[in-house]
Amino acid sequence: MPPRNCALCANARAMLKRPKTGQQICRGCFFYVFETEVHNTITEAKLFKPGDKVAIGASGGKDSTVLAHVMKTLNERYQYGLDLFLLSIDEGITGYRDDSLETVKRNQQQYDIPLKILSYDELYGWTMDAIVSQVGKKNNCTFCGVFRRQALDRGAATLGVDHIVTGHNADDIAETVLMNIMRGDIARLGRCTLICTQGEDTIKRSKPFKYAYEKEIVMYAYFKKLDYFSTECIYSPDAYRGHARVFLKDLEAARPSAIIDIIHSGEAFEVREEVKATQKVQQTCQRCGYMSSNELCKACTLLEGLERGMANSAITDRARKKLDAEGPAPDNLRTIPFYRAPSAAGPNASIAVEAPS
Amino acid sequence: MSTLLLSLKIEFSGGLELLFSNQRSHRVQIPSIVPIDNSTSPSAAVPASDISMDLPTSPQSTDTGKTKAADITYLMYYLRDHLLKERVELFMEGGTVRPGILVLINDTDWELEGEGEYILKDRDEVVFISTLHGG
Ligand SMILES: [Zn+2]
Ligand SMILES: [Zn+2]
Repeated sequence: MPPRNCALCANARAMLKRPKTGQQICRGCFFYVFETEVHNTITEAKLFKPGDKVAIGASGGKDSTVLAHVMKTLNERYQYGLDLFLLSIDEGITGYRDDSLETVKRNQQQYDIPLKILSYDELYGWTMDAIVSQVGKKNNCTFCGVFRRQALDRGAATLGVDHIVTGHNADDIAETVLMNIMRGDIARLGRCTLICTQGEDTIKRSKPFKYAYEKEIVMYAYFKKLDYFSTECIYSPDAYRGHARVFLKDLEAARPSAIIDIIHSGEAFEVREEVKATQKVQQTCQRCGYMSSNELCKACTLLEGLERGMANSAITDRARKKLDAEGPAPDNLRTIPFYRAPSAAGPNASIAVEAPS
Repeated sequence: MSTLLLSLKIEFSGGLELLFSNQRSHRVQIPSIVPIDNSTSPSAAVPASDISMDLPTSPQSTDTGKTKAADITYLMYYLRDHLLKERVELFMEGGTVRPGILVLINDTDWELEGEGEYILKDRDEVVFISTLHGG
């Protein structure tokens, strides 16, 4: 086939076909349109204001590596005036996270962005390796999901940032929409497509890659020769997500616009007030102060189960009742450190750090 | 028709290298003329009827002896039969790469090059990248 010229500049040879539009474009124009679309997503949603301190949730994987690169580029090009940080969570998974953290440390040098690493071990007193050795491989993703979400918020609090950006891309969001439809979780369906979420007193979380296709993120990383880590978590067979992903990729192969179409259909769901009303009211965790819909937040509940050797107590109601029947929680339970609601502490206030008991 | 050998540089990344002895870069030599049914014997001179390899069922399988110029589809079968160490279903599906694997030919998206029908040339570089691993 003869080489075709770029549909945008008509000068250089086309090197990729955009999944969103089918346009055939050159490398230089691809960088420009990819970055500009992310910039448009950011400005249309008014995600930032000058002076914001923003942490990039960095795993060393492709999405967050490209996000760090693009955030730095756009912050300089359009003078957002943001103070950027890399925030990484060390779950304590030998042979997986220790390797990917090396990638993040190289990114810190390459992009010249300060890095904060916070470990499950220092927050919770448990590494994922230790958790898996107690609970087995079946429910460990429940622990990891709850612990990681809180760890990011706590890391953001120690950095004094008010905003976390994550590398979730259009494919991830479309996949979550599909999973919420399959589960019939209407309340989450509309919420999962929001570009920015903020609980009552928590840190903002945004997804600047909401409309960026995974294919383009990977191509961007490849053409820019970005350094990223790509190994599956050894504890995460996560079959359900796996099936939704494969289904989505098959849809995309048949019709590339399927991904954006699914996101738009998720956005179009308006959750009526009476459905929202069944969701619980937010309060703060009595033990650690993190926002929670119960007396204890999910992490404290999981941690109590682990400490008392009844790890499943937070996962099923029956196990929880059994735990309650064993009597009240012992007094020496660990208080998860590093959290104070930003509204109470103010963005630059020093963070109260409680010594682990 | 004389059969030349094509020297190709193959790269796997994005986690795909794990299926190929955890080695990212490979050099392979394949014949320029190959069986139309994509059967990949170690020696291309072996008549197709002598090939006892376990082939996927495709309508072309009955076209014994017919040949074509080596293309990307043939290369995928070759890599599957000769380099792939585990879990074939994570590399190929339905006679092509599994959805979610990107292919670049000399740094160009294979979707611009005719995908599996691209005719390989000597010294071509082909990159396979999985998009399915990690975030
Ligand atoms: Zn161009
Ligand atoms: Zn708590």
